Amino acid sequence: MISVQPNGGNVEEFHINLPRDRVMVGLPNPDAAIPAALQWPGSEAVGDMQAEIFKIRDRNETVIGVGSRIASAAESTGPFIEWSLHLPARGSIYVKMEITPSADGFRNGAMVSGTRDFAELSGSVRELFIADVADSAGVQSQIQLQTALVGSLGDLE
Amino acid sequence: MKYVISIGLGLLTGAALFVAGFYLNPFVGQPMVSPLSVTDDRVVELSFSAVPSDAILYTDHGESIVTPRPDRVAELWEPAVDDTDVFVTVLQDSRGGTAGIGIKMRSKSEDTALIRGQALANSVWHIYLPGQGTMMIDQTENYWSYIREVMIPARWSSGDNWRGTFHRVMTSGPGSLGTARVSGGSGELAGVTTESVESLTAAGYSAASGPVSMDGSLTIAIPQQQVASQE
Repeated sequence: MISVQPNGGNVEEFHINLPRDRVMVGLPNPDAAIPAALQWPGSEAVGDMQAEIFKIRDRNETVIGVGSRIASAAESTGPFIEWSLHLPARGSIYVKMEITPSADGFRNGAMVSGTRDFAELSGSVRELFIADVADSAGVQSQIQLQTALVGSLGDLE
Repeated sequence: MKYVISIGLGLLTGAALFVAGFYLNPFVGQPMVSPLSVTDDRVVELSFSAVPSDAILYTDHGESIVTPRPDRVAELWEPAVDDTDVFVTVLQDSRGGTAGIGIKMRSKSEDTALIRGQALANSVWHIYLPGQGTMMIDQTENYWSYIREVMIPARWSSGDNWRGTFHRVMTSGPGSLGTARVSGGSGELAGVTTESVESLTAAGYSAASGPVSMDGSLTIAIPQQQVASQE
């Protein structure tokens, strides 16, 4: 669901139900990899980089795309946390997150670029991890992503 | 009766001519030479095995001829993503060493128009290169040449396979020269916007299990002034 804001932008919420929406967790510790048989390159090749792939849901619990989240704390050019969301019917969003979460538990980020429906938009993204969701469908935890995007004003005549 | 037979033969001949013209149309196809081969920018070549069984992870809707891997990987069976596949691979530099990790998410495009020789897919690469940074590559790919020169001949073969030499630039946009759009995310690549192309080189394909011998390559132009301005 998309809500339009007073400034003309829109706010949209996505979420990921864990563990069932997790497609991959690749990280140096093979015991924590998902799927268990994943053969992740050694830390000598890709350091402490962690890559995750998820299915992305909208507010109606419908899977609408896939997304990758990559992060590294020890990268020599600086730590990073990023999302790349691929929504087949609409386009993709590339987001760079702040390393430190805010006091209220959110991690804020900025959209770096977008494609197709998102190509002319800019804005911010908030990420929130909810540890205890326990519901009847087997969802144990959840990642919520909220995008606040706005189009450019264009040239004034 | 003879008129019915004539009409039938005419329709069959017309349909056969249409299919032949459609399949053999010499005016469609993908280039073999990258438009970035004449760029003045520094060019980074990243290569990878495009055979799904060589990948770290490959998954799709689970009913294609290609088997998802590794075992027990989640399949993308939901309606909105059942035309999407995800491919995770090690990227190698020009000396064969590990350059980084690439995650490719690809979906069939609604703009596909086979009559114009366009079997399109929208794809993004999310790439991490240790010591350099991260980037996203956004591209439209055209698989018509691959379908026409590799997949269909494999189907026609009595052994259900194809062997030969195929090399094409798969990227067809969104850049005006048929290039992909690259957005740098972090590290030395933060803020960089540039172009790239992806090409495929195939030598073997099985109609029963998909690519047998196929390599991919990402050619990325890195504008030095943009990288320098970040430092």
